[in-house]
Amino acid sequence: MADVTMGGGLVVEASSLDRAKALGALKAGDTIFRRLTQAAAVVVLLILSGVIVSLVVGSLPALRAFGFSFVTSQVWNPVTEKFGAFAPIVGTVTTSIIAMVIAVPVGLGIAIFLTELCPQWLRRPVGIAIELLAGIPSIIYGIWGLFIFAPFIQGHVEPGLIAMFGPVPILSSIFAGPPYGIGTLTAGFVLAIMVLPFITSISRDVFDTVPPVLKESAYGIGCTTWEVVRRVVIPYTRVGVIGGMMLGLGRALGETMAVTFVIGNAHKISTSLLAPGTTISATIANEFTEAVGDLYTSSLIALGLILFIITFFVLAAARLMLMRLERQKGA
Amino acid sequence: MALYSARRRSSAIVMGLSYATTAFGLGFLFLILGTLLWRGLVGLNLAVFTQMTPPPGGTGGLLNAIMGSLVMTSLGVAIGTPLGMLAGTYMAEYGRYSKLATIVRFINDILLSAPSIIIGLFVYEIMVAPMGHFSAFAGVVALAVLVVPVVVRTTEDMLLLVPNPLREAAAALGLPRSHVILKVAFKAARAGLITGVLLAIARVSGETAPLLFTSLNNQFWSSNLNAPMSSLPIVIFQFALSPYADWQQLAWTGALLITLTVLTLSILARWLGSSRTTK
Repeated sequence: MADVTMGGGLVVEASSLDRAKALGALKAGDTIFRRLTQAAAVVVLLILSGVIVSLVVGSLPALRAFGFSFVTSQVWNPVTEKFGAFAPIVGTVTTSIIAMVIAVPVGLGIAIFLTELCPQWLRRPVGIAIELLAGIPSIIYGIWGLFIFAPFIQGHVEPGLIAMFGPVPILSSIFAGPPYGIGTLTAGFVLAIMVLPFITSISRDVFDTVPPVLKESAYGIGCTTWEVVRRVVIPYTRVGVIGGMMLGLGRALGETMAVTFVIGNAHKISTSLLAPGTTISATIANEFTEAVGDLYTSSLIALGLILFIITFFVLAAARLMLMRLERQKGA
Repeated sequence: MALYSARRRSSAIVMGLSYATTAFGLGFLFLILGTLLWRGLVGLNLAVFTQMTPPPGGTGGLLNAIMGSLVMTSLGVAIGTPLGMLAGTYMAEYGRYSKLATIVRFINDILLSAPSIIIGLFVYEIMVAPMGHFSAFAGVVALAVLVVPVVVRTTEDMLLLVPNPLREAAAALGLPRSHVILKVAFKAARAGLITGVLLAIARVSGETAPLLFTSLNNQFWSSNLNAPMSSLPIVIFQFALSPYADWQQLAWTGALLITLTVLTLSILARWLGSSRTTK
C-alpha cells in the first residue's frame, strides 16, 4: 500500500490520501470485526466457567456443613436440615442404566434398518421421523408419561413382571411391591424413548462412513447381512457408536421434566425398580423454589454440581471419542 | 448346508428384530403425537388464545402464558443468536485451527448437551439471588445461554461448507477479510444459518427446567421484564400436576400447541437445510 501512495505525483496525492484513509478505515473495521468474533468465542468459555464457579460457590455452605458425607448420606430432611445426596445419585444412575439397556439395542436396530435394510426412498422419512422424537420437548414426554404411559405400565406391565419374577430369588426383590405405575422403571423407560433418537442418528451416521467396498467384499465371500453388520460395520465404527451411546447417556443423566412427572419423587433407595424414587434433576426441579433456608438451597445447588460433574465427564468422553473418529476420517 | 441355513436363520432373526425396533421407535412417535392431538384438540378454542389462565374451577385460556413464552423466547434468541454467530464465525473463519477454537469447540459441544436445569441454577445464582426476586429477564438470559451453543455449532458447520475458492476470489479482488466473511461467506451459507436459528428457537421454546427458578410463573398478564412472567411450559407443568380437570385440559391443549410449534420449526429447518445441500 505504501508504494502506491509514495509513487504518486502532486495531483494524485490528494486522491491517494483518500485511498489511504479508506484503506485505513477498512483495516480498522477488519480488526474490530476480528476482535469481536474472538471476544464472542471467549464468552462461550466464560459461560462454562461461570456455570462451574457459580455452582461451586453456591454449594459451598452445604459442602462445608456436611463434608464428604453429603455424597454418601441417604438422609434428606428439610425440617432438621440434614441433607445427603446418595438417594438422588442412585436414582439418576439407575434410571439412566435402564434407559441405556433399552435404548442401545433398539437404537442400533433402527440404525441397522436405516443403513442396510431400508429402501433408499424410505430412508429420509424414517430417519426424520426418529429424529423428531428428539425434537419433542421433555415436558411433553412428562405429561404423556404421567397420564398415558404410567397407567398402562401399572395395569399391563408391572403385574406381569411381579408375577413372572416373584418365584425367582434375586429378581423378586428387584420387581417387588405393588404396581404404582410411577417409579424408577417407568422413568427409565420414558428416558429410553427420549435418548433413542440420539443413539440412532449417530449410529446411522457412523455406519454410513463404512467404505462400501468393505461391505461388498464381505457380501462377496458369502456373508449374511447380520455377519456383515457384526464383523465389518460394527468393528469399523466401534468408537463412534460408543461415543453416540455416551452422548445419549449424558442426556439421560440430566433429563429433568419428563422424569419429574413419572418418578414419584420419594427420597429413599428401594431395591425394587417398581417403587417410586427420585433423581438429582427431579429433586432440584421439585424443591428448589420451595426451599427455605440457605442450607437447603445450597444443598440443592450442590446436587446440581454433582450432576454437572457426572454429565461433564460423560459428555467429554463422548466428544473425545467422536473427535478421534473425525480425525481418522480426515486422515 | 446345515451351517449355512443356521447362519441364514440367525441373520433373519436379527434383521427381523431390526424391523421390530424401527416399528417400536416409530410407534412411540405416533402414539405420543396421536395422544396429543386427541387430548389437546378437545380443548382448543378461541378462549385459549384470548383469555388469561384461570383459577381452579374457573374458565380461561392460555393468553398470558403464550405471550410470556413468545416474549421470552424471542428476546432469548435475539440475545443468543448474534453472540453465537460471532463465535461460530471466529471458529470457522479466523481461528479454524487455533488452540482457542479447538477448546471453544469442545466446550460448546458440552454446553450443547449439558442439562438445562443446570443452566437454570446458574442464572438463579448470578441474577435471581443478587436481585432478590424472580424475573422474566432472568428467564431470557437462561434461554439465551441455551441458544448460544446451538447457533455456534450450526454457524461453524455451515461456514465450513462454503468452498474456499469463493473466499479466495473475493480476497483477490481486494476485499478486506471482514467483507469476505460478511458479504460472501455469510451469503453463501445463508440458508444454513437460518436453519441454525430455527433449530435454536425450536430447542428453547419447549424448555421448562431453566425457567422454573428464573422467570417462575405469573397467574396474570405481565409485560414487566423485571417481574415474574408466565410461560407455556411452566403452566403445563403446574396445571398437569394439579388435581383439577379443567386445568389438566388446558395443560394438554398447551402441550399440543408447543409440540406443533416445535415440530413445525424443526421440519422447516430440515427442509431449508436439505434444499441447500441438494442444490
